[in-house]
This record gives sequence, structure tokens and C-alpha cells, in this order.
Amino acid sequence: MTNDKHTLSILVDNEAGVLARVIGLFSARGFNIESLTVSEIDKSSHVSCITIVTTATDNVITQIKLQLLRLVPVHSVVDLTLGPPHVEREMALIKVASVGQKRVEALRLADAFRAHTIDAAVDSFIFEITGSQDKVNQFIKLMIPLGLVEISRTGIAAISRGSEAVHDLED
Amino acid sequence: MVTSGPGATNAITGIADALLDSIPMVVITGQVGTSLIGTDAFQEADIVGITRSCSKHNYLVRRVEDLERIIHEAFYIASSGRPGPVVVDVPKDVQFAEYEYVGDIVTEHKTYKPILDASPSVIADAVNLIKNAKKPVFYTGGGVINSGPEASKALRELVELTGIPVTSTLMGLGSYPSSGDKWLEMLGMHGSYQANMAMHDCDLMICVGARFDDRITGRIDAFSPNSKKIHIDIDPSSINKIIQVDLPIIGDVKSVLNDIIQLWKDGDCAKEQPSLDPWFKEINEWRSKNSYDYNKTKDIIAPQYAIERLYELTKDKDTYITTEVGQHQMWAAQHFKFEEPNHWMTSGGLGTMGYGLPAALGVQVAHPDAIVIDIAGEGSVQMCMQEMSTAMQFNLPIKIFILNNERLGMVRQWQQLLHGSRYSSTYSEALPDFVIMAKAFGCLGLRVSDPDKLDDTIKEMLAYDGPVLVDVMVEKHANCLPMIPSGASHNEMILEDVLADTEVSDAGKRMV
Ligand SMILES: Cc1ncc(C[n+]2csc(CCOP(=O)(O)OP(=O)(O)O)c2C)c(N)n1
Ligand SMILES: [Mg+2]
Repeated sequence: MTNDKHTLSILVDNEAGVLARVIGLFSARGFNIESLTVSEIDKSSHVSCITIVTTATDNVITQIKLQLLRLVPVHSVVDLTLGPPHVEREMALIKVASVGQKRVEALRLADAFRAHTIDAAVDSFIFEITGSQDKVNQFIKLMIPLGLVEISRTGIAAISRGSEAVHDLED
Repeated sequence: MVTSGPGATNAITGIADALLDSIPMVVITGQVGTSLIGTDAFQEADIVGITRSCSKHNYLVRRVEDLERIIHEAFYIASSGRPGPVVVDVPKDVQFAEYEYVGDIVTEHKTYKPILDASPSVIADAVNLIKNAKKPVFYTGGGVINSGPEASKALRELVELTGIPVTSTLMGLGSYPSSGDKWLEMLGMHGSYQANMAMHDCDLMICVGARFDDRITGRIDAFSPNSKKIHIDIDPSSINKIIQVDLPIIGDVKSVLNDIIQLWKDGDCAKEQPSLDPWFKEINEWRSKNSYDYNKTKDIIAPQYAIERLYELTKDKDTYITTEVGQHQMWAAQHFKFEEPNHWMTSGGLGTMGYGLPAALGVQVAHPDAIVIDIAGEGSVQMCMQEMSTAMQFNLPIKIFILNNERLGMVRQWQQLLHGSRYSSTYSEALPDFVIMAKAFGCLGLRVSDPDKLDDTIKEMLAYDGPVLVDVMVEKHANCLPMIPSGASHNEMILEDVLADTEVSDAGKRMV
């Protein structure tokens, strides 16, 4: 049985402590979290979407889903990796400090990766890059020798392709 | 209901206990006023944070407007689906605030929706498996009890219809009567030889409201290797958690069993069933080992004998048993015979020493005229001894029946088995005189050490109208047998007392 990466989309009632319940479950049961994003997606009904990337065997993934569904404020859990085709994106803010040839090279690569320059000083840039996790990783790797100073990443946001919603919010 | 801070933290063990045994419970904890929350105020503790992982759900009531809904929701969540403890933390200002009570009972919830009924197709699959099995066994658990008396009734009917033998976990005792001819006794680490062998050799296992706990399965990779497995459980996360099953049935035990019964009768399935006689022949051979037998010592009371006598002298009365945790608990499970559900209260999943005495008080409140006995060890009973005062205060005539081996017997047994009899901290030279102690609380205290006087002492205990403590001095080094040692499988039980010479693999020592 192989360990595979899965992206789970979890819809929860946005009540106090709900995130603590979800991540507490992962730590208490020894599941791992590689990436986590959370934000309210419907203000009027107080619903939040939590996206978690985890690596586990199929059996463990099933357990994670079923254990999450035991939590009272959890509406639904969808394994996007096993479900319909989906897209994943991550955004990162990357600060690079350098001068001379390195500075020029950083700017050139940023352009090639379609990163935006959102702040610039004579000796530094902040790039905003959005894309697959691989692309972001690759860009960061390239920035290391060019004066990488600091990174802030959002974690993965994911959604299914096509016209349907994966979460059934009827009830 | 407990006070804030230390009162609430003292309740944690009880809450965790209820979670592991799926016991419905609503715990209302006091909290400091909302304006003081988060300031390290006097007797403040983050109870919602502390109880998050040991409760089924919890609430902090920040506004009195939410109080009614939350309390109703708490009772609904605690008692529906797979039951469990729910904590409601109520700050002081909310306690004092006034608001109109409407009285709308909650019977459903936006996101929490337990599944109660199984689909007809899985019921049909189950019936098909059952009617073709040559060596079937029912493995029942606390879920049958939790599903209510109707579930036990359904189990009994289905056993009657199919003729299939039944075993049960510690938590399920009483759902099928001990006197029933299909009864195999309890299974698991200290279960009977016939129950464990039947589990190992069966061709169909029908797990009803049980969860393949490690004390039940023994070594996982050798667990019932040749059987198809049906698993009936109200909690989807119990399915395939430990043991992969062939037919999961998610639903309430009562409803699922009744559906199976209906289909079985409609299809006149008993006609198609192969004879179970050869299976029972095997079972009866295992039974003939009398694996619960013990050494009946002449001058010293054998602990098993004390339970046997307690059973004989109370079986015609309305008797409820609670226990503490240890050898005495296992001997009670083996030697006390239960005919009805809900007459046996014990801490199974968490194994909490100190459970039995307060539990007995609760049972006595619920059944004022019944005989309620806490079968205790001298170690465990000291955990909540102070509750004898509660017994006096509220006129609760509970009976505390201590099997006093002057040892933390179960731990001593494991030190013998796993640590070469290098005993450490399992012997106390400073035990209280329990008889004097009982008197100090105003209860009756009795002591017996002569097997010939045991019956009279039990009768005196039963005749006394008030709380009684009986200190039964028993054999000090008796071991709880039979036993599946750590890392072994169901067909590798130890039947005789050879613990000192039993080899346990290193992996086994680490495992259980
Ligand atoms: C609160 C708590 N602490 C420790 C244990 C570990 N433990 C299990 S059985 C046992 C010994 C119990 O001794 P006693 O009550 O005298 O029962 P006996 O086994 O002698 O019948 C201990 C310490 C436990 N189960 N619960
Ligand atoms: Mg003892």
C-alpha cells in the first residue's frame, strides 16, 4: 500500500474553535498535514472551507475522512485527488535582496515565471508568484543563490473543474 | 455539574472514560465571567480547549440567548448516533443573566446527522452470508447495550432464529443472557477459550456494535484468518479502522438487526441453512476445557469463588454490578452471570480505576430499590473513597465488595509475565483498615477471610439497609486466567497458571 498525496476539501461551520478541532484531530490521531488553508467562503451562512494536503495510504485517507465527519461542525469532506478533476494553486510572496548582475537575473527569472513585482527598493524586490506547488518550489529554488531573504506562502487552494460544486450544501 | 477551574479539570478522566465507552453524558462546567476569560482569572481553565479531544462535542456559552439551544443540542448530540460526552461551559455572567425559556427540544442538527437505517441491499447481503455459513459467530459489544433494550431483544430473537453462537466484549455483557444455550462467554484477552477459538476458526463473523479493540483482537495479522466479516456499527469511522471487513453495515444495531430478522423470516432462511451441529461439536470440545476454572483454595478465599458466591446469593434479586479496574473486574466479568442488559457498568475503553464507586451511586439513584454492588479492588477503591460520604448524604445503600489481595493485582500479574517477577510498587504496606474507614463514614464495615464465613458475610451485607463495605481478604497471588498474552493470537491462549514461565516476544512486550 503506497503513501500518496491527497488534497482534502473540508466544509465547516465557521464557529469558534472549529479549526482547532480539525487540526487537533490530525495531531491526536497521528495524521500529517503538509499544507493547510482556511477561509470563510460564505459570510451569510458562516461556512468556511479548509483545504488540507496530506500524505497517507488509502486506508488512512478513508479514516481521516470518516474521523473528520464525526466532528459536529463539519458539513462535508471531499477528497479532490480521488474525486473529479480539479486544479490546485498556491501563492507565495518572496523577498530577494541583491544588487548588480544577481538583481537583474532575479528580475529576468521573475518575468519568465510570471511573478509580479509588488515592491521594489534599490537593493531588494518582493515577488508575488501564483501557480502549482511545483512551480512555486522551483521559483524559490532559483532565488536562493540570487539573494533570497524571506518567504511567505499561502498553502494550497483547490477546486474541482467543470460547472458542478463538489460540496453539496443543500442541507 | 462541576465548578470552574479545578472542578472542571477533575472531571476530565470521567469525560474521557465516557468518550471511549460511548456513554451519553452532558457535563455542565462553570466558567469565569465572559469579561475575565483569557486573563488567567481566579479558577479559570480553558475547559473547551482541554476537553476538545476527550469529548464528543463541547460548547462555551457566550450569550444567554444561546443557552437554551446549546443545552438542548448538547443532550441531542450526547444521546443520539454513537453516544458520548458533551461539555457545556457556562460563564458566571451567563449563569446570572435572565432570558426567556421557550422549550424547543432539538431533534436534528444542521451538520450532525447520524445514520440509523441501513440500505435493504446490505441487509440482503448479510442474510445471504448468514444463511450459508457453516461456522458463524456473533461478536457483540457495547453498541448493543447503547442501542437500547430493544436491540438486546432483537439480538436474542436473531440468535434464536439462526442458532448461531454468541460471544460478547466486556462492554456488551447482558445483551445475550448467560443462561442462553448459545452463549460462549466473553471473548478477548481474558475471555473464554471457546469464545476466542470460535472467533479464530469461524467462517463468518458477525460483529454487532463492537469495534475490534486491541484487548479483543490479540495479534491483528493472525486475527480470525479464514472468516468473512460483517460489521454493524453506527459510526462509519469504526469500519475498517483496525480490521478489514467484507460487509460493513452502518446503522443503529436495533434497526439493522430487526431488518435482518424480517428478511430472514420472510425468506424462511432457516430451511436453507446448513446444520450447525458440527460447529457446535467443535465448540463443545473447547467448552469442555472449562477455561474459567480456578483453584478452589480451602483456607483462603479464592477471588473467583467470592464472585461466584456473590452471584449465587444475589441472582434472585434485582442486582446491578459496577466495578473498578483490575483483576477483580475481569473475575467479575467471568464469574458473575448477567441475564439482562444495563445491569453491568464497568470502565472498558479507558480502564479507569475509581469508576465503580461513583458509578454505583449513580445506578442507585436511578434504581433506588435495587441492590447495587461495586465489585472493587483494594487499590482502585481508594481512588474515590470519599464518595462514601455522598452515599450517606443521599441515603444510597450501595454495597462495596472489595476483593482485597493487598496487591495492585493486575499490574503485579503483568510484572510477573513481562518483567520476570521483578515486582515494583504493586504491593502496599500502608493499606487503610477498610472496616474502620467505613465506620468513619457512618457505613457498615465487614471483613471476611474464612471461606466458610463468606456466605454469611454476603447475607449480612445484603440485609443491611444502608451503605456497606465488605473487605474480602482473598488469595494474594492469584492470576487472572485464561489469558491471551501480548502479541499472541486467539488460538494461543494460556489456560493454566504458567505465567512465570511464559515467553513473551519483545514485540509483544512493547505492543500491549
Ligand atoms: C487511574 C488508574 N491508574 C492506574 C491504572 C493502571 N492499573 C490497572 S489495574 C491496576 C491495579 C488495580 O489494583 P486493585 O484495584 O487492587 O485491583 P486488583 O487487580 O488487585 O484486583 C492499575 C494500577 C488504571 N487502570 N487506572
Ligand atoms: Mg488488589
